[in-house]
Amino acid sequence: MKYLSEFRDKDVAKNICSAIKAESKRPLRIMEFCGGHTITLVKYGIPDLLPPEIELISGPGCPVCVTSKGEIDAAISLAQKENVALVSFGDMLRVPGTRTSLLGAKTEGADVRVVYSPDDAVKLALEHPSLKVVFFAVGFETTSPVTSAAVKFAELSGAENFYVLSAHKRTPPVLAALLADEVRIDAFVCPGHVTAVTGTDVYGSLTSAGKPCVVSGFEPIDILASVLCIVRQFNKGEARTEIEYSRVALAEGNVRAREIMNDVFAERDAVWRGLGLLKDGGFKVSEKYKKFDAEAVFGIRAVGDDKETPGCICDKILRGVKKPGDCPLFARACSPENPVGACMVSDEGTCSVYYRYGGKTIAE
Amino acid sequence: MVTLADGGGGKSAAELVEKIFLPHLSNPILSALSDGAVLPKINGRIAFTTDSFVVDPIFFPGGDIGSLAVHGTVNDLAVSGAKPLYLSAGFILEEGFPIEDLEKIAKSFGEAAKECGVLVVAGDTKVVARGGADKIFINTTGIGIVPDGVDISAKRAGEGDVIILSGTIGDHGTAILSRRKGLNFDSPVVSDSAPLNGLTAVMLEAEPDIRMMRDPTRGGLAATLTEIARASGRGIVVEEDLIPVNENVRAICELLGLDVMHVANEGKLVAFVPKNSADKVLSAMRKYPLGRDAAIIGAVGGAPGGTVEMKTSFLGRRIVEALVGDQLPRIC
Repeated sequence: MKYLSEFRDKDVAKNICSAIKAESKRPLRIMEFCGGHTITLVKYGIPDLLPPEIELISGPGCPVCVTSKGEIDAAISLAQKENVALVSFGDMLRVPGTRTSLLGAKTEGADVRVVYSPDDAVKLALEHPSLKVVFFAVGFETTSPVTSAAVKFAELSGAENFYVLSAHKRTPPVLAALLADEVRIDAFVCPGHVTAVTGTDVYGSLTSAGKPCVVSGFEPIDILASVLCIVRQFNKGEARTEIEYSRVALAEGNVRAREIMNDVFAERDAVWRGLGLLKDGGFKVSEKYKKFDAEAVFGIRAVGDDKETPGCICDKILRGVKKPGDCPLFARACSPENPVGACMVSDEGTCSVYYRYGGKTIAE
Repeated sequence: MVTLADGGGGKSAAELVEKIFLPHLSNPILSALSDGAVLPKINGRIAFTTDSFVVDPIFFPGGDIGSLAVHGTVNDLAVSGAKPLYLSAGFILEEGFPIEDLEKIAKSFGEAAKECGVLVVAGDTKVVARGGADKIFINTTGIGIVPDGVDISAKRAGEGDVIILSGTIGDHGTAILSRRKGLNFDSPVVSDSAPLNGLTAVMLEAEPDIRMMRDPTRGGLAATLTEIARASGRGIVVEEDLIPVNENVRAICELLGLDVMHVANEGKLVAFVPKNSADKVLSAMRKYPLGRDAAIIGAVGGAPGGTVEMKTSFLGRRIVEALVGDQLPRIC
């Protein structure tokens, strides 16, 4: 398949690996922020291909996983209201809240529905004018412009019964938080699709702290090439932002997407699961679009508790302090069938990825 | 339109059976319309299976719920090593279901049964109020006979056995997804829904001592292999490059973030065959239309007991796990 097979080519991979081995001169702890990268790493067995002094550490880049219990609880409380349909992406359904998950609430009779796109939630509202349709919006800068577009679509099409419960997160504050954290990271493999929207300016705080940043695509060759870029930056004593994923991401990002995102949403402090309250760490619906804001209309707040279940170390895993195999619950009490913590729920959650593509070996 | 009276056991119910079902399913045993079918004496071990079909949408590229209900049960018998003989058919219809659609489904049900060489000997129709069921549900139960010397069981999968897959994977699941509400997209992929009893017959003729066969339906090839690994306590290693996948299916899976190993099939089987007869079985399969793309994809051994590992197309090795919950596209 064009644009894919080239990025999974064994021989190219071997060449890059040899170059990394030949040029690597010091131990490096590299964080891949994005859950999509974690999947590629584990699925293709990339850590085994790298020299032992290069360690890859998974970061908090799964939007489902960092959704706080308070946000899940707020979504559940709306889903339980008469004449309200709570609509979200399928991944959100099994995320545990304080007492139950959206799936649990659905089983108990709440109206919870799955869509593939926020626009479908608007269409549902248009088809059922007497039903109040609340879209539970999660994700980083990759999905918030899409939610913004859905709000504009709702406005244009006169969907007066469509609302957004925003659990959207902003990535720049979390990068700053990781920099200040106990986990010592030397360099970052940065998320390709988030950067395609934000542009590379957001990594300024990292590079000025001496941490090379490489914006990477999601194929195995992309990641290997990004690691090589990082090794070379260290060898030259540089710390700058490079774009490996040049077929998609531009340095200036997507200006139009940011305009619409900043029109519909406004920054606010938000609780990231595992990381706590981050200043400007999330998005709420802006004043201008208040009539679509589920929090304002229904008088609830999608913030609050980020306490984990006893024994669960998702908070440490999300920050790269621990790995899934370090958790006493991993592959025992906690599995994708019965997730205890958030990292086991989503397909892109670190624990779920390790469980599905190599968890057994690690646990044993 | 189907009315509640059609399932009531009275005159209109009798009409529905006579006009819609009998023309497509008729045979002397069914046409007797007795309370119970009396079957001729069967000599040998009997295989017996049941399955219910609730597919949505009911018409999809490459088939419909009628043909699927026949293939599903016939295939369960076939991969048990049995020659399928008889089917029962239970239809649950939602009030208001279009008669034309029911006719189409009865026709494809009848044609599929003929193609499989099975007789539909018992049937039932119920109608429930609007909202009580979604359009149409079908249950089929099948009876087959297992030839002497054939013993298909996951427990018999042994060290060194060769694993053969009968063709491409992921076709049914992606065809269904392409027509599902909210995800409609144009795609040339059609379901692989097909009867496997002809194929299993030639395979068992080539090697009666095939250890294990299963059709990788829901949960895909990953679920089937992990189930067999667990049941046998053996480790399984497959090679990604050897598993046939249609280029269009591969593209759809990439786009939606699905692992093709988890996507459903309805006309494929995996067989665990003694090493020495693998070539013989493979060439017999390839001569048969449904086995044209058959391939050896791996073997038993080389992984910890009860687990499945895959040598990836890239350079590494990874664990193959069964899917949890519904298969859903990526969100970021």
